[in-house]
Amino acid sequence: MINFRMKQAATALVLAFTLGVAHAQTAAVPDDSLFRDLGGLPVIQQVVDDFMSNMLADTRIAHTFKDSNIKRVKDKLVEQFCQLSGGGCVYTGDPMREVHQGLKLSNADFNALVEDLQLAMDKNGIPSRTQNRLLALLAPMQRETVSR
Amino acid sequence: MKKLSKRGAFALLATLAAPVVAQTSDAEREAWMQAQQRKAAQAMRASAAGSAAVAPEPGAGQDQAAWMPDLGKLIATGGVIQVEGAGGGGLTPWALITGYGTRDSYGANAHYTYLSTQDYTLKSYGVAVGLMDRVELSLAKQEFYGSLAPLADLKITQDIVGLKVKVAGDAVYDQDRWLPQISVGAMFKHNNGISGLGAVTSVKQLGAASDAGIDYYLSATKLLLAQSLLLNGTLRLTKANQMGLLGFGGDLNDRYQAMGEFSAAYMINRKLALGVEYRMKPRNLAADHEKDYYDAFLAWFPGKNLSMTLAYVALGDITVYNPKRQRGVYLSLQAGF
Repeated sequence: MINFRMKQAATALVLAFTLGVAHAQTAAVPDDSLFRDLGGLPVIQQVVDDFMSNMLADTRIAHTFKDSNIKRVKDKLVEQFCQLSGGGCVYTGDPMREVHQGLKLSNADFNALVEDLQLAMDKNGIPSRTQNRLLALLAPMQRETVSR
Repeated sequence: MKKLSKRGAFALLATLAAPVVAQTSDAEREAWMQAQQRKAAQAMRASAAGSAAVAPEPGAGQDQAAWMPDLGKLIATGGVIQVEGAGGGGLTPWALITGYGTRDSYGANAHYTYLSTQDYTLKSYGVAVGLMDRVELSLAKQEFYGSLAPLADLKITQDIVGLKVKVAGDAVYDQDRWLPQISVGAMFKHNNGISGLGAVTSVKQLGAASDAGIDYYLSATKLLLAQSLLLNGTLRLTKANQMGLLGFGGDLNDRYQAMGEFSAAYMINRKLALGVEYRMKPRNLAADHEKDYYDAFLAWFPGKNLSMTLAYVALGDITVYNPKRQRGVYLSLQAGF
């Protein structure tokens, strides 16, 4: 009986220790596997370049950039994708809601942007499963950007 | 009769597919692109001219075409059309609303499905409309044929009217939440009777309690984008025997029963999904030791106007008159917007 309880306690201790270490590790070393799978900063920069070209050629959403500083938007997108994918950058742009308010974007606009990004990632040879991992992080931004 | 309806289905399909095929030609696409560009340029001029007077709404140029379908959803996110006409997988309805209309628009799909096992053939065709990415209405006809004596001349047909309403969640955007997209639906089914079986002309003669019935279901669809995985669970309250092809309720049981239906699909890329499905079934008839259905499918979305589903299906044995487990191929074509 006592033996059994001791074993239980030992198991709990080991478990707690393992979890603690695991937790400490995730805190110390952020997961940058997506950043690396995307191909790091050079590929992200190229993707954003192509992404922006696609959007400016996309009659569905090109008009939403008519008052934008394209160079700055691209820089902020690189920062954002780098940060989201665990690349250690810091997004220094304005909050998403603030940036997009007044544009009255629709779900169709948001999805058009996604399609332009997918084509840009295709062009840079990023495999579908890696694309989807990044898109999974971007998708919830629909709530902050779509206001129509 | 058989020939006529077949021709009718093909005519319907051809009519619906014609603009689709035309649209995919390069010349057409270019013309459309140019028209869009002209429209955008016009809108920009208009907004530039009017900027001093009234603040123009961004994208005001699109408003004049607000009644046009927007094809705004991402590819494949409307699913395909399942065998009873609702948006879903192959055998099971999903919580997704059919078509590519966003919540500001609408979409629709026509389908033709051909399912062939050793001794039976099932054809299904119909149309489904998705409104505001919220409500789905569907009409479908099922035709079931036998090819082995004594059921070689068997023909049973059924009409299905479907209604589905999205009640919570969004399968695509809610990637940071556990909440799936949830829809509730109903299928109003009417069995039109049996031919080619001598004196047996109604499913009631095979033991069914009724030749009409309503299925009620709740579907939850979760898209795990980070894993490129789509999961669906559907809970269906039903009395239907073989989906209703053998009527509703029976000599063994005439109460509603809850049946689980499950689907999982891996998205190989955004145009190709590979999946499996399992659908539980009630056993209401002494004359039919009804079995659960399952399938493995490959769905291909070459564009937003067209999709194809190829599957291997297992339907189990159908009626005591033929104890052979029925397995075969399922091919479905969807055209729409």
